[in-house]
Amino acid sequence: MNFRTFAAFVGPSVFMMLLFIAYPLISVFMQSFYITQPIYETVEIETCTPGFLTQTCITEQVSQPKLDEHGEIITQTEYVGLQSYRNVLEPERAWRAISNGEWNVLSTINFWKALRFTLTFTLITLPLVIGCGLGISVLINNAARAIRGPVIFVSLLPFIITPVIGVLSINWLFRGDGILTAMLETWLNRDIALFAQAWTIEILMMVYRVWHVAPFAAIVFYAGLQTVNQDSLESAVIDGATRWQRMKYIVIPHLMPLIIFVSMIHLMDSYRVFEEIVGFSSQGYVISLQWLTYDFLVPDQAGNRSISRASASAMLTMIGVVILLIFPLRRTWRDHKGGH
Amino acid sequence: MKLKSLFMAGAMSLAAGGAWADCAFENDVPLKSLSAGFEAWKAVTDAMAECGNFSASLDQEFREKQPEAFAADPALYQIGGVSNATLVPLLNAGTIRPVDDLVEKYGQNLLPNQLIKVDGKTMAIAMMVNAQHLMYRSDVLADLGIEEPKSYDDVLAAAAKIKEAGVMEYPIGATFKTGWNLGQEFVNMYLGEGGEFFGEGNMPTINNDQGVAALEMMKAMTEYMDPEYLVSDSTYVQQQFQQGKIAMANLWASRAAAMNDEAESQVVGKVTMAAAPMGSVAPATTVWWDGVVFATNMSDEEADAAFRVALEGMDEDMVRANNDAAVWLSPAYSAGELAAGAAASAEAGAKAYPASGPMGIMHTALGNGLADYLTGAKDAQTTLADIEADYTTAAKEAGLISN
Repeated sequence: MNFRTFAAFVGPSVFMMLLFIAYPLISVFMQSFYITQPIYETVEIETCTPGFLTQTCITEQVSQPKLDEHGEIITQTEYVGLQSYRNVLEPERAWRAISNGEWNVLSTINFWKALRFTLTFTLITLPLVIGCGLGISVLINNAARAIRGPVIFVSLLPFIITPVIGVLSINWLFRGDGILTAMLETWLNRDIALFAQAWTIEILMMVYRVWHVAPFAAIVFYAGLQTVNQDSLESAVIDGATRWQRMKYIVIPHLMPLIIFVSMIHLMDSYRVFEEIVGFSSQGYVISLQWLTYDFLVPDQAGNRSISRASASAMLTMIGVVILLIFPLRRTWRDHKGGH
Repeated sequence: MKLKSLFMAGAMSLAAGGAWADCAFENDVPLKSLSAGFEAWKAVTDAMAECGNFSASLDQEFREKQPEAFAADPALYQIGGVSNATLVPLLNAGTIRPVDDLVEKYGQNLLPNQLIKVDGKTMAIAMMVNAQHLMYRSDVLADLGIEEPKSYDDVLAAAAKIKEAGVMEYPIGATFKTGWNLGQEFVNMYLGEGGEFFGEGNMPTINNDQGVAALEMMKAMTEYMDPEYLVSDSTYVQQQFQQGKIAMANLWASRAAAMNDEAESQVVGKVTMAAAPMGSVAPATTVWWDGVVFATNMSDEEADAAFRVALEGMDEDMVRANNDAAVWLSPAYSAGELAAGAAASAEAGAKAYPASGPMGIMHTALGNGLADYLTGAKDAQTTLADIEADYTTAAKEAGLISN
């Protein structure tokens, strides 16, 4: 293909990527170094609000943003360097907690609390997703041809359900006297409150995530299973290899590139864990990095929002994903080089 | 009721054709409103629609849309529904207009306390007030010979008795859901103790004895609450009441009618509305109002029509038809037993919610930070100090505290 044709084919998507991925990213990156704020003046104002029969009037000092001649709020933008990152990371507090060995103090600082959960969540669900995915794919592969279609369909169902809906259903099944909690209570004959401490919520979140993502891993692995060299398998059987040995020495090495692929996708996805926090309304116990960014962005009743800290927190999340991806990427790179 | 809402829906869809119902005039200026979506707003906007040429957006996320929508020129909505807190961003941005001239022209039937005045100018027309106050199961308390609780100590004592008698395992309900709800509970308690949120230059002043007292009382209550209290919002508490699981709660007046809703409630007629429990200084509650505002960025003709339509929305017919949906500010409102709690709280000196820019940030910081104390991760002073630090960071970023 000559360069012209190549450019004509690739051009539009490169343009789209620049516009919709690169530009917002750079914009967020820039915003994390600046703070834009209205200029306030303090004025004394009398405000009257309704009581029941009479009005209550109070006179007080309030901060009011200055308006320009068009009635727009005057704002100023200031370069603050890494201040927003410092506000998110709270390094002094974190360092004090670490050097005193007070891990419980460290885990009450928002960013570190979120990082702790996000990492545990990501690293615990990863092997479970791979394991369950492999299991389901082998199961599908061994199912009789006649029922294979329905089996694939049923095992894919959890992946099709919209995440927020899935989380909410789990929430309602277990919340308060939800059906499943009530069942557990009669079975164990004791009162159970699954949403009253952090660890039970975290387990529910992980179970949900594995349930949701395992089908995706399974379908990818199932595709890989179709290309396993049947001759090697047969000779292994003749050599007296057990089912487990065949799996370990032939099937898994063959699937390795796919396992790395699924791991990378899962690392990226679960590091941005968010739906679970919102759906379980678990902010009191457990928060994630993505939720932290969201919380900075949501305006409060008076309309304030923390754009700069949200940008900084978003950049930190991205850096975290990149660091996590270095390990599987290095492996792929080595394999790639080794192959030539 | 069903027939009526059907008819109103019909009226709305035919509005453009000029089919209007109980409206004193025929509105020929196209008007739109954006407000919260609870029952009272539905009643008011339905009544506005009777005038024709009007469409209402009832949206739970209205507060995120309103500032931008009103800043547009021309404004995307002519009429806005706000509460004392959501008024602040509109007021700050100057996107709502004073309506003194219109009040003079059309507002003869308005009560003087409906006029929300800021710096002498009428900026909003209030239609209802709302407050959290004590609701309790009169039958349960009477059976055990317990008097109506007047303070939170009484509430705790009553809860202990109910639990001891084995009537209920968790007699207290409260809106302790992390975030806005939990922040609001602290605001109630802290104001009840006579605390001040801010000092000179918007600096926070909550780390004091009153703050600690408020926190300790909240913690003491959780002993008698369902252990999943950090996910319990107003609807959840309402349902706990309706299902007979709790005996006492400091709940919103707007939820009172649901206790006697035969379709949902198993405790019809058994829930009494009383004043909010007293703190050391004032009742532990805050008074809120809801009302309408009018955009700056519209023509005077539109403003004229919008004002008249809005008044139609909160006229006496509407109030009579929906008497129990809210504590209305209207001469036609007959304050029944359901409003007794809110009225008694006000009489005992309940304060208005101290809405302001800094308070918005403080409320968020409280809502996010208090859970650490209730779960036992931090002690009271550390919690309050951390909330102050969190507030200071956010307020500096917003420009409310100078560096």
